[in-house]
Amino acid sequence: MVPLNYYLILSGVLFSIGTAGVFLRRNLITVLLSIEIMLNAVNLTFVAVGRYLGSVDGQIITFFVMTVAAAEAAVGLALVIALFRHRETLSPDAYTSLKW
Amino acid sequence: MVSMDTLAFYVFAAIAVIASLGVIGQGNPMHSIMLLIGSFGALAGLYILLDAPFTAVTQIIVYAGAIMVLFLFVVMLLNVPREEPAPVTAGGLLGPAGFKLGAGLSVLLAIEVIWGLSRLGIAGFAQDADAATVSSVARIGNELFTQHAFAFEATSILILVAMVGAVVLARREH
Repeated sequence: MVPLNYYLILSGVLFSIGTAGVFLRRNLITVLLSIEIMLNAVNLTFVAVGRYLGSVDGQIITFFVMTVAAAEAAVGLALVIALFRHRETLSPDAYTSLKW
Repeated sequence: MVSMDTLAFYVFAAIAVIASLGVIGQGNPMHSIMLLIGSFGALAGLYILLDAPFTAVTQIIVYAGAIMVLFLFVVMLLNVPREEPAPVTAGGLLGPAGFKLGAGLSVLLAIEVIWGLSRLGIAGFAQDADAATVSSVARIGNELFTQHAFAFEATSILILVAMVGAVVLARREH
């Protein structure tokens, strides 16, 4: 079986890619996608460590993370739609004011 | 001789990393979503390698099936195929220097994590005899509905709130 280290390193790499995406992209939808990459990297850690410890708790936490990710995606995309109605753009730079 | 498990791990890991890089590497959100579905498929393969078939199936159904369809729907609804180029006037954290700082921090994070983990001397996994108990869907269900029953119910309320919230937020104002 592949050592635990490999999974944790892969998870770290994926999380870093997600972080880079949040910093680098200028599109709200791609930023949300990058957050999903980060959530998945954390899920991989939970499942790998759960397997390492011989416990199902990792998979149960992953289940809850997926549910919260679904809720987050629904509300986040609704916010994107509401923002797009106001400014006709998805660039985060257009949304620097708190009120208009 | 490389074992089957190791080979499969490298293949899935490569697909996941390359697809994720593709998600953040190009400007078309539609292509990003398709690549992210590929990345999720590779992660489902890794879950199978980790004796977690329930999580693998949930990953495909919930993530690749439901959440990504939601993203696709919004991309098609808003109809903005390409993102605008970066404005040259922006300074501070929004300028090119800020982007370089962000990219540098991400690379630094990756190097730190890899360096720290490669120094850890973690041996192999728990015995293969544990594989049956870890991969048992019956055991997951048992723990989910007894030990984690409160969290489960709280999650259902969260979903309800998110559903109502999404409808209210996306509704057209009169």
